Formats: sequence, structure tokens, C-alpha cells
Amino acid sequence: MPSYILEMRDITKTFPGVKALSNVSLKVEEGEIHAICGENGAGKSTLMKVLSGVYPAGDYEGKIIYRGEECQFKGIHDSEGKGIVIIHQELALVPMLSIAENIFLGNEHAKFGVIDWAANEKRTRDLLKKVGLSEDPKTLITNIGTGKQQLVEIAKALSKEVELLILDEPTASLSEKDSQALLDLLLEFKREGITSIIISHKLNEINRVADHVTVIRDGRSIETLDRSEISEDRIITSMVGRSLEDRYPPRDPKIGEVYFQVKNWSVYHPLHADRQVIKNIDLNVRKGEVVGIAGLMGAGRTEFAMSVFGRSYGRKITGEVELHGKPVDVSTVGKAVKHGLAYVTEDRKVFGLNLIEDIKNNITIANLKGVSTNGVINDLRELDVANEYRTKTNIRSPSVYQKTGNLSGGNQQKVVLSKWLFANPEVLILDEPTRGIDVGAKYEIYTIIARLAAEGRAIIVISSEMPELLGISDRIYVMNEGAIVGEMPASEASQEKIMRAIVRGEGKAA
Amino acid sequence: MSTDIAPTPQTGVAQDVQTGTRVPVSSFVSNLREYGLILALIAIMVFFQLTTGTLFKPVNLSNLVQQNSFIIVMALGMLLVIVSGHIDLSVGSVAGFIGALAAMMMVIWPLGGFFSNPLIVAIICLVIGGAIGAAQGYWIAYHRIPSFIVTLAGMLVFRGLCQGLLGGGSSVGPLPDSFKALSSGFLPEVLGTWTLIPPTINAAGKTVFGSGITLNMTTVVLGVIAVLAYAISGIRARKTREKHGYEAEPFALFVVKTVVISALALFFVYQFAVYRGFPIVLVVMGILVAFFVFITRHTTIGRRVYAMGGNIKAAQLSGIKTERLTLLVFVNMGMLSALGGLIIAARLGQAVPAAGLGSELDVIAAVFIGGASAMGGVGQVISTVVGGFIMGVMNNGMSIMGVNVDWQQVVKGLVLLGAVVFDVYNKNKS
Repeated sequence: MPSYILEMRDITKTFPGVKALSNVSLKVEEGEIHAICGENGAGKSTLMKVLSGVYPAGDYEGKIIYRGEECQFKGIHDSEGKGIVIIHQELALVPMLSIAENIFLGNEHAKFGVIDWAANEKRTRDLLKKVGLSEDPKTLITNIGTGKQQLVEIAKALSKEVELLILDEPTASLSEKDSQALLDLLLEFKREGITSIIISHKLNEINRVADHVTVIRDGRSIETLDRSEISEDRIITSMVGRSLEDRYPPRDPKIGEVYFQVKNWSVYHPLHADRQVIKNIDLNVRKGEVVGIAGLMGAGRTEFAMSVFGRSYGRKITGEVELHGKPVDVSTVGKAVKHGLAYVTEDRKVFGLNLIEDIKNNITIANLKGVSTNGVINDLRELDVANEYRTKTNIRSPSVYQKTGNLSGGNQQKVVLSKWLFANPEVLILDEPTRGIDVGAKYEIYTIIARLAAEGRAIIVISSEMPELLGISDRIYVMNEGAIVGEMPASEASQEKIMRAIVRGEGKAA
Repeated sequence: MSTDIAPTPQTGVAQDVQTGTRVPVSSFVSNLREYGLILALIAIMVFFQLTTGTLFKPVNLSNLVQQNSFIIVMALGMLLVIVSGHIDLSVGSVAGFIGALAAMMMVIWPLGGFFSNPLIVAIICLVIGGAIGAAQGYWIAYHRIPSFIVTLAGMLVFRGLCQGLLGGGSSVGPLPDSFKALSSGFLPEVLGTWTLIPPTINAAGKTVFGSGITLNMTTVVLGVIAVLAYAISGIRARKTREKHGYEAEPFALFVVKTVVISALALFFVYQFAVYRGFPIVLVVMGILVAFFVFITRHTTIGRRVYAMGGNIKAAQLSGIKTERLTLLVFVNMGMLSALGGLIIAARLGQAVPAAGLGSELDVIAAVFIGGASAMGGVGQVISTVVGGFIMGVMNNGMSIMGVNVDWQQVVKGLVLLGAVVFDVYNKNKS
């Protein structure tokens, strides 16, 4: 009989009009790594908010039993007092404060309100060592990368004498290497007796570290799998309610002549004028072709795409953009859109959506001309357009009047896609189009990409997930340190080949 | 609901999936705040009517409009400034400066007939106001200097210029009557008056029967036309919605809403008609309000302002020229500040060094009472106007009650705080 550190029994949580959780149960064993899987909007984060007291006792039905006693958390303070610490997807660090200040924020070693900096820094150094960081505690958060920030968050959790650590999508924005380090750290914690709950979309990671997986679908707990039952296919089947034969939609590429071409493209850093970010890139895309750009984080792929799209990044930009062999002026976003370019950002919340506006207004904003005459918007036409694209991209929401800020990641991504589809682009650049969204929504996005290619558009997909690139592209460019270091047809590409190109490129650059 | 989502391979055609049904939007719920604000205004008016007994008197209503119109005119511009994520502290000083400029042109400077003609002066002043807005907007839009700082500088600069122009502490006047009409004039009576029930007067000169109330027919006709236009456009919008297969708000609700608003409007039309008709400044304000409702709700430029205020980076990446748009918003603000300055000068009959002093705060308060967000991206024209009137009615009512000016400030401050707290509380609840 295993001993459970945490039991959540029949948790039901309703929001006005929506049942977010219905009778969800979760049992976590002492000292294990327990993964929670489910599509976006399935209720994983809601469940964790119930657990941590963000939704206080009384706001939900059901029982939380922690270390054998029933708990009624009124707020995060209560749950943290018991050693339950949650690290959210969006990190809660203050960028302009130092690592030490952040770790002990609200919890400083102080006497009568006077902070003992020496003690803080010493403790910080110990904590950082535990999570494998060798940074100076005085370093500002803004000066370290996302991967290290995540580790600082964990160090902060450790400072609170954590017994149950909850991580919400901890590796969503980390590179492969940082993700590995983080997972290793979790395994290390496990040896030290700390229990972890990890919410993740990355099934290979779950496969690697989890002892149990609980799958949540549509606000219900579907099942809990133990170590011996865990496999990617098994989890996917459980998550979407049926098996996914193929994770990528079938395509029959009809590739035409070269349509979009970038020649000798160079870009310098917007702040450090002497740092060349993009180095003489040549790239082309044919009609009906899906071209992938592979590379590690920081390879310059986003910078390249944004600099092409109306010079939205960098300065001292040189090079040519050609459509059908004719040079075109894409020096502003407006001109780029007019020439049929579209760029779907990797960061939908910051660069893609107006979160306080509804779906309708977000879909039409890049092509207001399409729903207006002489600057006057035709309301009904706009409503028709919004509904049409909501259906086309299968955005799940009660209506097009839903605020985009309230949608799940997958649905938000579909809104951003809809916005650009309505602008009717000939060249579509998709930057990490499936980041942080669930398997089901990913498939839908792939289907849309395939459809757009079949309509004869030229498509560029930037992705850090190599299987995805291999699955949907016709041809793959490999980028490293701002330059293209490899090009191969997808049929000949493999993860190893791409990695080798990157490594070789690194050798060349040195 | 969605267990069988994803892996249905879709074709390119839009399918009428279950989820794609056309869901009614309850515009009532989305406009609940607006209605609540209007109710609050009416409650405040009724309160002052009960305590003072004069608030609804025709002469007082005309006063109310003439006293507050400049705040509301400037609040229209301020709404766009705040929605686009900025602030303008200079409007009171710009208004003062423009009023001084207008007075100098008409009274002191020997410009000759054409250039001291009030209409020409007004047009020149509006253009200069726009230029002032452009000068401030340029730094804000193209050099990313925070608007708070740029307009704080503007506030000092133009107050100084206003006082300098008037030669220290003196005031300049009197202004021509045709100019003063902007604030204190009424629409000319072209249709004649009509006596409601002709009074029968006895030999002693006393009315024994009838009221002797005479209605200003131009006002009545214009008022009725406006109300009819409102009702008909509502019905037509409903019809087109239904024709396109979208549900409109429940019919009963629509009728009640239209009838109540029309009745209220007609009540005020009647009150103006029995006095001297519509004040000119009310007509100017009405046209501007209608214009900005149209701009914010139905034009691409309005939509872009909201998009920019909601997320400027996303707006830029959607091809919106945010710099130019910001500049435009400040040019608009400058012109409306100028108009506000002309209205103030016309009401006082002269330009004074303190004209418009502190009015930027009333203007900003009106916008926030109207529910705009300090973060940008949120705010409505009608709510702003109602917010402006709430401030105005409180000024007016408390003055009639004889409340000390110091305490008036205290009450207004608390109302502003209360309105915003109420908003934030509601937002968190939903």
C-alpha cells in the first residue's frame, strides 16, 4: 500500500456558465514524479490553482487531503506554509531585481526590517548550487536566459522548504539542453525525497521522468497510468479520447516554381550596432512548398523572419526580397502585407493578440480594408468573416465575442492564424506555430498548414521541435548563429543530420 | 462537448460545424455598464432636483450645458488619448492659451476686418490647436518620450504663453457678441414659437385658464427628428442583423430601451423648448459626440486606436502605423483643446490668465468615470459623455445647494475613486 502525500477527491469547480472541473481525483505518492497530461483547456491549470489556494476553499467542491489531513487553503500563503509550491508557466520574477532579491522576495533574512544581505547571498549561493547554477547572486534576472530563470524559480521554491513542487509547463520555452538539465534536476530532487507534479505537453519528457501519469480531458480525470504503462501513444489515446494513427496529416505536395526569395540578407542587432545577427542568408520557397527552418534557440530564426517582415527587428538591414524573381519593397509591415507576406509570431500573447479584445476584432485587424468601405467598417460583413474563420480554424468558444485573453493557448494560436489567413497571404511565415499547445490542436494547425500549401501558397515554418519539422516540411534549412548551415529535402533529413549540420556549422564559425 | 475534436482531417471549405452556430450576443449585458452609468447620472440629477428643486428647471439645464460643454468636448479627445495608452496633461493650458490668442486677435491686434472676424479667428485657432497637438505628439510618437512628461512640459509652456500673451495678470475683452454666441447663444428661431394652451387672461391680468407655455418650434422639430432618427436606425440595425441570421437582443428589451431613452430625450427637448431653445454649444457638442461615436465604433481608424492601446506590438506587427496614429490622436486632442478654449473664452466674454486652469483634471476624471482603462485599449464615447455630465451635475447641484467649493472637490474626488473601484471590483468578479 503506497503512502499518498496528496489526495484530491472529487474536485468540482464551476465558473459562470462553465464546469471547468467535474469530479476530478488525483492521488500523488510520496516521493514520486507525477505527470498531469491533457489538452489545453482540459482543466490542468485550474486543478493546480485549486490545490494551491488561488481558488480558495469554498470556491470549489471536493476534498484536498495533504499528508493525511484535510486542508482548506484560503490562499497561496496557506499552501506554501504546508510546503506546496507552484511554479507557473509565466515566471513570477522581477526582471530588474537580482537573483538573491528575487529568491527571498517577501521572505528576506532581516532584522527589524533591515535586510541582512550577507545572509541572503550566502543562502542564495547554496540554493543556486543545488539547482546547478553558478551565477553571482547579484546578477539581475533580466541578464540571464529563460532556462536559468526557470532554475531560479526552482531555487526560490527550495528556499520555502518545499515538499511538493508543482511545475506548470516548465520546459515550454526552454531549449533542448536546458530542458534536459531541468528534468535531471527533478530526478535529483526525487532522490532527496521531494515530490513533484509536472504538467507538460512534451510526452517524451514525461516518458523519461514520470512515475505516474494522470490524464485529464474536458474537466474529468480519465485515468492514471503507472510507469510500466506509460508510452506516448497510450497517453495521446487517452488525451484525445481515441488513438491518433498519424500525428501529421497526409499531404500530396504539388510544388511549383520558386515564388519567394531572399538574397544576401544581413541584419545587425538593434542595440549593439556592431553585432551581426543575420549573416548573408539566401533562401527560397516555391509555390505549394512547406519549408522548415531548423536550429537551436538563439540561432537567429525569429530575428531573420521579423527582419524580413517589414523590418520589425534589427537595423542596418541589407539584402533583397524577391517575389517571382522581381525585387519588392517590404520595408514596412504595411508594405509586406500588401505584397502578400504574413508572419505568425512565436509569442502570441506579446506580439500576436490584443488580449483585451474579442476574437472578431483580432481576426480582422490585419485586413480591416477587407471588411470596410472608405474607412467605415461593415459590422455584418465583419461578423460573417469572423464566424467563417472561427469555423475554418475550429476555434472553440461560445461566440466570436469571446475575449482572446480568456482562450486556451491552442485557440489563441488559431485566432492569430485566422488573422493572417484573412489577410490572404501568398507567403506565410509561421514561427513556432505549435508552441505550448496540445496534441489535438497541433494536428489541426498542421492540417491548416497542409491546406494552405495545397492552395499554392509558399510556407515557411520555424520550429524547435525537429519531429514536427520532419513531419510537415518538404525541405529544411538549418540555421545556426545567424547563418544557414545546411539545406536538405525532408525526405533525406533526420534529427541526426540536422544536429550534425548545426555542429559542423559551429565548427565552421569558430 | 469536444471529445471528438481534432483529428478529423478538414477540407479547405468552411464547414458548418455545430460549434459554428451563430450565437446571440446579449448587447444588453455588454452594455450593462453604460446603462448603469446613465442610471447613476439620472439618480444624481433626481437627488439634486429633490434637494434643490431647481436642477431640472429649463434655465438651469441650459446653464448646466453651457458650463460643462468645454469639459465634454475636451473629454472626447482625451478618451482617444487614453484609449491609445497615453495621457495629456496640457489640455487646460492649451485651452487657456488659445482663448488668449483668440481674444488678442479679435480685440487687441490690428489685424484688419478679415482676420479679426470671429469665424476666421476660430478656424485659425483650431488649426493652431492642431499644430500644438502635433508638436507634442511628435515627441511622443516618433521619439517615444512618455506622454506624461511631454504634456507636463506642454502644460507649463502653454500656461506661461497664455499669461505672457495677456501681458501678465490682465484680462482681455470684451469679446464680440457674435463670438460669445458660441457659448451663450441659442439656436435662432426659424419656425416661430407655438403656445401650448393659449392662456385666457381676466380683466385683472391674471391667467385663469391655460399655461401660457410657449414652445420653441425649431428646437422641438430638431429634437423630434433626432429622436426619430435614433429609433429608426435602431430598428434598421436590428432588421439587417436578423436578415443575416444573427440574433439581436430580445425584442421586448429593445423596445423598452428605445422607449425609455427616447422619452428621456424628449423630456429634455421639451425643457429646452420652453426656455430659449437649444444652446448653440449643445448642438456643437451633440454633433461632435455623434461624430466620435461613429469614429470609434464604425471606422477602421477608430478600431486601430483601440488595437494600438490594447497591444501596441501586436498592432505594429499587424501593419498598423502606430507612430502616425499616435500623432493623429494628439492632433485631434489639440484641436478639441482649442475648441474648449474658445468655448471658455466665449462664455466668460473675455480671455483671462487662469482660463481652463485645472480643467485637465476634470477632463481626465470624466474619461475614467466613464470606465476607460488607464492601461489603454478600453473606453467608450457615450460613457465618457455621461461621466462628464456626472461631474457637471455634481458641480451644478452642489453649487445650488450652497456647498462650499472645497467640499465640492472632496466629493468629486471620492466619486472618481468610487467609480473606478466599482469598475475594478466588477471586472475581477466576472
